[in-house]
Amino acid sequence: MGYSVLSLIANALTGQRGWTPAWRDAEPKPFYDVVIVGGGGHGLATAYYLAKEHGLRHVAVVEKGWIGSGNAGRNTTIIRSNYLLPGNEAFYEWSMKLWEGLEQDLNYNAMVSQRGVLNLYHSDAQRDAYARRGNAMRLHGVDAELLDEAQIRRLYPFLDFDNARFPIKGGLLQRRGGTARHDAVVWAYARAADRLGVDIVQNCEVKGFLRENGAVSGVETTRGAIKAGKIGLAVAGASSRLAGLADLKLPIESHVLQAFVSEGLKPMIAGVVTFGAGHFYISQSDKGGLVFGGDIDGYNSYAQRGNLPTIEDVCEGGMALMPALGRVRVLRHWGGVMDMSMDGSPIIDRTPIAGLYLNAGWCYGGFKATPASGWCFAHLIARDAPHPVARAFRLDRFATGRLIDEKGVGAQPNLH
Amino acid sequence: MRIPCPYCGWRDAQEFAYLGDATVERPDPAAADAPARFHDYVYLRENPAGPHSELWRHSAGCRQWLAVRRDTTTHEIIAAEFVRGRGARR
Repeated sequence: MGYSVLSLIANALTGQRGWTPAWRDAEPKPFYDVVIVGGGGHGLATAYYLAKEHGLRHVAVVEKGWIGSGNAGRNTTIIRSNYLLPGNEAFYEWSMKLWEGLEQDLNYNAMVSQRGVLNLYHSDAQRDAYARRGNAMRLHGVDAELLDEAQIRRLYPFLDFDNARFPIKGGLLQRRGGTARHDAVVWAYARAADRLGVDIVQNCEVKGFLRENGAVSGVETTRGAIKAGKIGLAVAGASSRLAGLADLKLPIESHVLQAFVSEGLKPMIAGVVTFGAGHFYISQSDKGGLVFGGDIDGYNSYAQRGNLPTIEDVCEGGMALMPALGRVRVLRHWGGVMDMSMDGSPIIDRTPIAGLYLNAGWCYGGFKATPASGWCFAHLIARDAPHPVARAFRLDRFATGRLIDEKGVGAQPNLH
Repeated sequence: MRIPCPYCGWRDAQEFAYLGDATVERPDPAAADAPARFHDYVYLRENPAGPHSELWRHSAGCRQWLAVRRDTTTHEIIAAEFVRGRGARR
C-alpha cells in the first residue's frame, strides 16, 4: 500500500484496520543472485538499489537479529557532508543529495530535517582550519558558511561564549546538514526493497561461507545453506568476525561508542551543534530529548556498553559548551560497536576472494552515509567496478599508501 | 573497568593509556618481504570477540607498560603482567 494523505484519511475513517505489514517476513530460498549479509541501513539500502538501479530480482538480505537492531538503531541521527579530503567529500555530498530526495523516492516519512550542522571554533588556528575545510567543501559545490561570534550569538545565545579556556570565536555552518529518524530510514529501505522483490530474512545468522574453487558460492546460516552468485558484507561492528569466517584479516578494530538522550525539554537547540575544543555533539529530537555524544571509549570492545569515565567526559564537554545543561537529567544511554578503520575512513571494495564484497570500516560516521553507501555498494556488486564517488574507499589503500586520514592521527583506531 | 597493575594493585582504567593489540610484532626491516610484513604489522588486526591481549600503560601510576588479557565481549580482565622482561621469557 502506498502511503499518502488519502491512505491516511481512509484508514482514519475505517478505524486504522487497513494497514498491512510494511515488508514480508521472508523464508530463505535456496539460491539468490546476491545475498547481502547485514540488515542495517547500509545492507537494506544496498539491496534496494540493487533492485531499483540495477534491475536484480533475486536479492536477499540476511540479518542475525531483527533489522535495524545494530548501529542503525543506536546512532545520534546526524546527516552532513562537511568533509575536507577529496576522497570523502564527493561521496558524502552524494549521500546528502540522496537524503534530500529520500522520502519521495521511498514513499516514507524518514523525518529528514535540514536544520543545519554547526562546528564551533575556539582559536585563530582552528578558524583557519575550518575556513580551509569550508573552502574545500565549496570547491566541491557543497554549502558552507564561516560564521563569526556575533552570528553564532544570534543563533545560540545560551552557549558559553566567554569560557576562560575555550571561548567561542565562531563556527562553520552547513545549513543543508541536519538529522533524520534513524529507525524510519531502516524501515523505509526495508519496505521499498521488499516491494521490489527483495527477501528480508531475519533471525538468520551467517555461520560460514560456502567455497568453490576459491570463490564464495553461498552462506551457511542458522536457517540452512543459501547459495549465492555474489555476497556483500555490510555488517559494521562485526566485520572482522564475518571476514574471519572467510580467512580475511581486516584493517579494523571494534570499539564501543556511547550515546545519550536527556529527558524531554521544550524546543531549545534548533540545529546540530558540535564543540570544537573537545569531542561533543548535540541536537534535540522532535520529541524534545537532547541527543548527544562524544568520543569512543578507546579500547577494543564488542560489549555494546561502555564505562563511566567516558560518560563523565562527554557530560563535561557538554557543560563546557552549554552550562544550561547542568540540571538536565540523562534519561538513557547506550553503546554501539564501531568498525574503527586504521585511517578513519570506510571501505567499499572487492575482497581478494572472488564473489565476496566488503562494506565496512564506517567508524562512528556510518549513519549519514547510509544512502550513498547502499548506492555505491550496489554499483560495485552489480557492475564489478567502483562507483566514481567511492573509488577511494579501497581495501588495499593501506598497502599502497593512499590513506584517507581526515583527522591525521595515523594507524591508531582509538584516536580517530 | 579496573586493571590489576602488578605493582600498584587494582586501579581504575582511567589511569591507563591504551595502545592496542599486544600480539603484533615488529618485523625485521632487512627481510626480503619487509614491506608486506610491515603492512600487516601496522594495519591488520585479529580483532577478536573474546579474550584479547592488549597493551596498556599505567601513565597515571607506575608508568609501566602492561600486557593485559581482557574479554572484549564482557570487559572482564583475565590477567595483567609487565611487558618488561616478557621477551626474555619467550
